[in-house]
Amino acid sequence: MQIRPILSTLRHHKLTVLLLAFQVAFTCAIVCNVVFMIASRVQRISVPTGIAEDELSAIRSKGIEKGANPVAQHAADLAALRGIRGVQSVVAVSYSLPLNQNEDSSGICPSKQALDRAMQLNTIDGSGCMDPAMYDGTPGLIGTLGLHLVAGRDFRPEEYVSKGKPAVAIVTRALAQHLYPGKQALGQSMYDGDNYFRIVGIVDTLLRPNLRKPGVDYDSMIWPQLPDSAGVTYVLRSAPGDRQRVLKAAEAALIKVNPSRLIDAKQTQTYTEIRAAYFERDTTMIGLLIASALGLLFVTALGIAGLANFWVQQRTRSIGIRRAIGATRGDILRYFQAENFLIVTAGIVLGVALAVLLNLLLMTRYELPRLPSWYLPIGALALWALGQLSVLSPALRAARVPPVVATRSV
Amino acid sequence: MFGYYLDLAVRSLKRTPILTGLMVLAIGLGIGASMTMVTVLHVMTDDPLPGRSAQLFTPHLDPLPLDHKRHGDSPDASDNLTWPDAMALLKAHRAVRQAAMAGGSLLVRPARTGLRPFDVDGRYATADFFAMFGVPFEHGQGWSAVDDEARAHVVVLSATLDRKLFGGADGIGQTVRLGDHDFRVIGVTADWSPTPMFYADPGAQHYSDADQLFLPLSVAVDLKLQTNGNRSSWVKGVDHSVMSSDGMTWLQFWVQLDTPAQVTAYRQYLVDYSAQQKALGRFQRPPTNANLYSLMGWLAHENLVPNDVRLQLWLALGFLFVCLLNIVALLLAKFLRRSGEISVRRALGAKRLDIFVQLGIESALIGAAGGVLGLAIAQLGLWSIRQRPDDYARLAQMDVSMLLGTLALAVVASLLAGLLPAWRACHVPPALQLKTM
Repeated sequence: MQIRPILSTLRHHKLTVLLLAFQVAFTCAIVCNVVFMIASRVQRISVPTGIAEDELSAIRSKGIEKGANPVAQHAADLAALRGIRGVQSVVAVSYSLPLNQNEDSSGICPSKQALDRAMQLNTIDGSGCMDPAMYDGTPGLIGTLGLHLVAGRDFRPEEYVSKGKPAVAIVTRALAQHLYPGKQALGQSMYDGDNYFRIVGIVDTLLRPNLRKPGVDYDSMIWPQLPDSAGVTYVLRSAPGDRQRVLKAAEAALIKVNPSRLIDAKQTQTYTEIRAAYFERDTTMIGLLIASALGLLFVTALGIAGLANFWVQQRTRSIGIRRAIGATRGDILRYFQAENFLIVTAGIVLGVALAVLLNLLLMTRYELPRLPSWYLPIGALALWALGQLSVLSPALRAARVPPVVATRSV
Repeated sequence: MFGYYLDLAVRSLKRTPILTGLMVLAIGLGIGASMTMVTVLHVMTDDPLPGRSAQLFTPHLDPLPLDHKRHGDSPDASDNLTWPDAMALLKAHRAVRQAAMAGGSLLVRPARTGLRPFDVDGRYATADFFAMFGVPFEHGQGWSAVDDEARAHVVVLSATLDRKLFGGADGIGQTVRLGDHDFRVIGVTADWSPTPMFYADPGAQHYSDADQLFLPLSVAVDLKLQTNGNRSSWVKGVDHSVMSSDGMTWLQFWVQLDTPAQVTAYRQYLVDYSAQQKALGRFQRPPTNANLYSLMGWLAHENLVPNDVRLQLWLALGFLFVCLLNIVALLLAKFLRRSGEISVRRALGAKRLDIFVQLGIESALIGAAGGVLGLAIAQLGLWSIRQRPDDYARLAQMDVSMLLGTLALAVVASLLAGLLPAWRACHVPPALQLKTM
């Protein structure tokens, strides 16, 4: 295969070739970055929560009777909900669940010295104190949510309080490591400025209600505090396929126990729906990004194919002459493939540089992470393949041009 | 001449239907994607109160202590005002109109049988709220400053809530039970929801919320009604339920200033007020931190447009750019292929300009067809956005100006794309071409 004749032909169409190479370059730059964005969003939406997501559903109720005793009401409600067929267990929480966006967070320190340090710095950053998400709930929370205790024990019945602050807490493994790096966290006492909380148990994983940044997303703690306000969320565990029916039955059961309450339809849903709602924007964005990447590749393929088609028509006579003086069909086919390869390669060289530039721009403007370098060769391979695929049909057509064309005038 | 060129263009495009189709498709996709996102951005940054917004301003004070640090992604405590500051600005009466306000959610217990209690969003405000924002009334009117003073239990309902509670009959003079207290209905507003809801707390859902009822702010403070905006305090041990505390911000404040002189005077008044508070030892920071935002300036400061939407717009524009590159290359190939035809026309006396105009019309024709396709694609894109549960989703609609803008953009873009190829084509030396024909 000789490159020289191809180059000299391309020199006649400098501008067109340049434009096509530019198009390939911009496509390469945008698609590399878009695929990277898709990958990071997919990673974000597949974050594990640590709970038995498939089996949980939640119903939100708010008592509207003045002077009612919420704790007694919750106990009566729980008893009624336990009686529903298919409900394996049920607990009441004030409002927080992983990814449900109702977060209660509070600064907590590994020791009094750390708190003093935080007061001095006027921020908890760098003081050793953390800002974990707080989860409360009635007895049985660990089992109902399906959390894995990796050390210590669950709360004892006498440790639950409804007013004031409890004396013990269970923390996630991540929080334990952040508060007591390199030390045994179990049995330590955390300090919040007024009270000490002894760590009696450590659970493997429990995500926050709101994601912050990867390092602190698993900083959560559970304390044995009973929900004590009129608004409460009941978390039900049942077989995955049974959840819609259980939710309907739960609403009816709650109204039956005490009709003077509001059931919040928006917050009465399966956990799958809670999770989907949290990542709604990301899933939309993933769809949009995929559509735009495919659209770009499609348009570029169209451009390559359209132009190749045009050139084949334009050069029919010269192809005929080449065939007449001895070129095989394979020669003609390879000629167009090589021509396309050259143009796409020029585009890719420029495109890789543009991809890095675009990524730098996105890093400063939208706080995106750096594009991993292995995206670039993969992007290049994809564009080469795209170019060869789109040129194939026009090239085959060119190869079918009979030598006799050379003798006709066009 | 135009008709003739148009005819030539149609003939030329018909001769290469596949290539023409590709170009129309490429421009349609690019325009459709861009216009979808431009429309979303347009409705999100639109003026919520056209005709009135230029006179509306929101004053901001900085009552925070010197060593206060904003924590992570928590809201800015100085976005809102404290109760004492809001009352001081209100009583000073330095603007044409002024009102303090806060959002709240209340339990409505309907008297009608068969209607279960429900929560509604509303606004606690002072008397000038209605006149300043130009809230339209269907029946009755708002309350007066005297009612504010007297902590009168009065309420203004939206038309929707009025219909729901009183089933079509006008509810003026009737009683509504909100939470644990009775309120007398004195007005019914026509449904009114400026978008974005510029006067709400910065943490609110600005594109989907609408106020269903309004009641005097003094009553809300008196009865300790629940507010749903952000309450930020910087003094340790502040009881968040004490709304009149001077160490907690939770109120929004708006003023109407009709002339530039009034604006300057009011800005000076804010600095003077801050200096006075600093002298009293209440404020610690420089009085010049006090600020007066215009309505549109405040919306820009709040930065309501999510980063995702901006990113999507850039992506769509990048896509349009690649589509245009594609069309430039295809048009160039197409025009240069007609060098022979062009040379004949040149030899017969056509000027370069004639050729240029002829080819320009051909590009514009492709653009117009692409624009129509782009409109269809953009409508599809907007429809899919309206299906999303996002705060701003229901707003994603094209108005007439956007519709015409889409077509214009498509034609201009394709004309631009045709510029270089047409220029190249009309510079083909005719003699050389004619010789080889």
